[in-house]
Amino acid sequence: MSWRRFLAVLKARNREFIRDRAALGWNIIFPIFIVAGFAFAFSGKPMDLYKVGVYAADPEQKLTEVEKTQTFFRTDYIRFIPVSELAPALTKVERHQLDMLFDLDQHYYWINRDSPKGYLLERVLHGADTPADTANNPTGGFQRQTVSGREIRYVDWLIPGVLAMNMMFSALFGVGYVIVRYRKSGVLKRLQATPVTAFEFLTAQVVSRLWLILAITSGVYAGANLFIDFSMFGSYALLLLVFTLGAISLISLGLLVAARIASEELAGGILNVLSWPMMFLSGVWFSLEGTHPLIQQLALLFPLTHIIDASRAIMIDGAGLTGISTQLLVLTLMSAGFLLLGAALFRWK
Amino acid sequence: MAVLLQATHLIKHFGDVTAVDNVSFGLEAGTCFGLLGPNGAGKTTTIELLEGITHVDGGEILYRNKPVGTDFRNDAGIMFQSTALQDYMTVREALQMFGSFYPRTTPIDELVDTCSLGEFLDRDSRKLSGGQRQRLLLAIALVNNPQVVFLDEPTTGLDPQARHNLWALVKRIRAQGKTILLTTHYMEEAYELCDEIAIMDHGKIITRGSPKTLLAEHFDEVVLQLPRADIPGDPTDLPLSITLREAEEMVEILSRDINATIRTLLDNDISLAGLQIRPRTLEDLFLALTGKGLRA
Repeated sequence: MSWRRFLAVLKARNREFIRDRAALGWNIIFPIFIVAGFAFAFSGKPMDLYKVGVYAADPEQKLTEVEKTQTFFRTDYIRFIPVSELAPALTKVERHQLDMLFDLDQHYYWINRDSPKGYLLERVLHGADTPADTANNPTGGFQRQTVSGREIRYVDWLIPGVLAMNMMFSALFGVGYVIVRYRKSGVLKRLQATPVTAFEFLTAQVVSRLWLILAITSGVYAGANLFIDFSMFGSYALLLLVFTLGAISLISLGLLVAARIASEELAGGILNVLSWPMMFLSGVWFSLEGTHPLIQQLALLFPLTHIIDASRAIMIDGAGLTGISTQLLVLTLMSAGFLLLGAALFRWK
Repeated sequence: MAVLLQATHLIKHFGDVTAVDNVSFGLEAGTCFGLLGPNGAGKTTTIELLEGITHVDGGEILYRNKPVGTDFRNDAGIMFQSTALQDYMTVREALQMFGSFYPRTTPIDELVDTCSLGEFLDRDSRKLSGGQRQRLLLAIALVNNPQVVFLDEPTTGLDPQARHNLWALVKRIRAQGKTILLTTHYMEEAYELCDEIAIMDHGKIITRGSPKTLLAEHFDEVVLQLPRADIPGDPTDLPLSITLREAEEMVEILSRDINATIRTLLDNDISLAGLQIRPRTLEDLFLALTGKGLRA
C-alpha cells in the first residue's frame, strides 16, 4: 500500500465529485426536500389509533384473560400490544409512542401526563367499567402511575430512515455506478497500466465516498434539525459510528456490484434491484412490526435495516453501545464480507 | 544494440479465437519498432501482453533479460488506443496525478514543453481537441520517464496536421534514447517513424525487418500510374503488368525498366500527360503478403 498513490486517487475522485455541481447539489437538496415534505405532511397530524401496551410475565395469556373479565380490554379502536419488557415500554409511553401501559401482574397503569391520548384513554378506562365492575373492582383494580416526556412525532421516527436511505443511494450509485463508468470508458484500464494496485484504488473510492456521505449527512442532519427540531436522545458519537459503519457497508456493497460489470445499464438495473427493496422493506417509511415474519427476516439481510434500527434506537430511545451492539456487529461483518468479495472479484477491464 | 524487451512464442486465446499465435520479436534499446496490420490482426493484444495489461497464455516476455514483473510498470510508458481520464480534471492535474503514481518522474515543465501542452495546461481535459488530447495522453505515457514507450495506434482518428505533429513528438522521444513499440495501420506512419517493423495478420507475424530492407527484399520494380481514361480500349490487353484500381479510375503498371515501359505506352498511342511514377510502398508490401486491402 502506497499512501502517495492512495492519496492521489482519493484526491482525484474527491475533486471529480465536488466539481460535479449537479450531483453534489442533488445529494444535498434531495433529502432536505423529503424531510421538509414529510414534516409538513405529518407533523401536525397524529395517528388516529390508540396504542396500549400490556405487560405481564406472559402478556399474551394475561391479555386473553383480562379481555374476558375487563370491558376496557375489549374496546374497539384501541390496539392492545403485548410487551415482554417493562422498561422499554415505559420509554415508549414517555415518547408518546404508547398511549397507555398496563402491568397486569402488579396492577399498575401508566399514562403520560402530557399526552392527550393518554388522558382520553384513562377516561375510557373509567367509563368502560360496568357498574358491576366498578362495584367489585374500581378502575379494574389498576393504580394510576404517570410519566412525562416529549412526544415522538412521525417525522422524528422518519428522520433516521431518510438519512440512511440517502446514504444508501449515495453509496450504491455514487460508487458502483461510477466504477462501472470508469471501466467502460477506459479510466480503469489506464490506471491498471500504472503501479496503482486494486486495493489502493478501491480503498480510495471507499474513503472518498465515506467522508462525502458523512459530511453531507451531517449537513442534512443539522439543516433539517433547524426546520424540524427532531428528537435526539442518544449519543452523537454513537450515531456517527453507526452512520460510518453503515456507509462503509453500503459502499462495499456498491463495490461488489461494480466488481466486474462493464455495462452501465446492467449496473443500474442491479443497483435498482438492490436499492428499491431496501427502501421499502428496511423500515424507512413504516415500521415492519406486524408485517409477515418472512418479510421481517428478509429485511435483516439488508444493511439498511440495521443502520435504521440502530440510528432509531439512538435517536428515539437513547440507546447506548450495548443496545445497538447486534447491529454494529452485523454491519461490520457485512462491510468486511462485501469488501473482501468485491476486491477478490475486481477486474480493471 | 542490446535487446531491451524480448517476446518469445507469445500465445493468447480469447475463447476459440487465437488472437496472438506464437509471436516472437525483440525491441532493441533506443529504436522504434512498429507492429503493422489490419484491425483484428492481433496488434493491440500483442502490445497489451507486453505491457502486462493482458495475461499471456503461453510464451515468455523478458525485460533486460529477466521475466517482466510488476516493477516493469515503473519503466514503461503506455498510450492506449482508447482510454479516458476522470472527469473534471485539468491537463495539469492529470499530469500531477499520474506523476504521483511513480517513484521516478519527468518534471511537468519538461513534459509540457516536449508535448506542447502549455496553451491548455489549465483546461478541462474533456474540452481538448483530438490532437491536443493525444498529446496529453502521450505526456502521461512519458510522466515516469520510461525506458520503453508503448504507443497503440496513436494517430488513429487525427487529421493530417495533428498526425504530423504527433509524428514529430514521437521522433523527439526517440531522439531522447527511449525505446518505442508502435502499432499502426498507417503504413506511411510506420515508414516515417520505425527502424524496424513486423507485419501481423491473424495473430501471426508475416514478415519483419527495416522498412527499406523489406521493400528491397520484396520489390525490384516501380509503379507507373495513369488515369484510366487515358488508355483507350482494355488496359489488360497491353503487354505490361497491369493492375486496375477501378475505384480510383487509375491504372497501375509495375515496371523494372521505366524506359521500356514508356516506349510501350507511346507505341500504343497512350498519352503520358497524367503519368505518375512512385516507388513501392509498405502498403504494396502488405497487399502482396496478405492479398487483401487494409481494413481501416
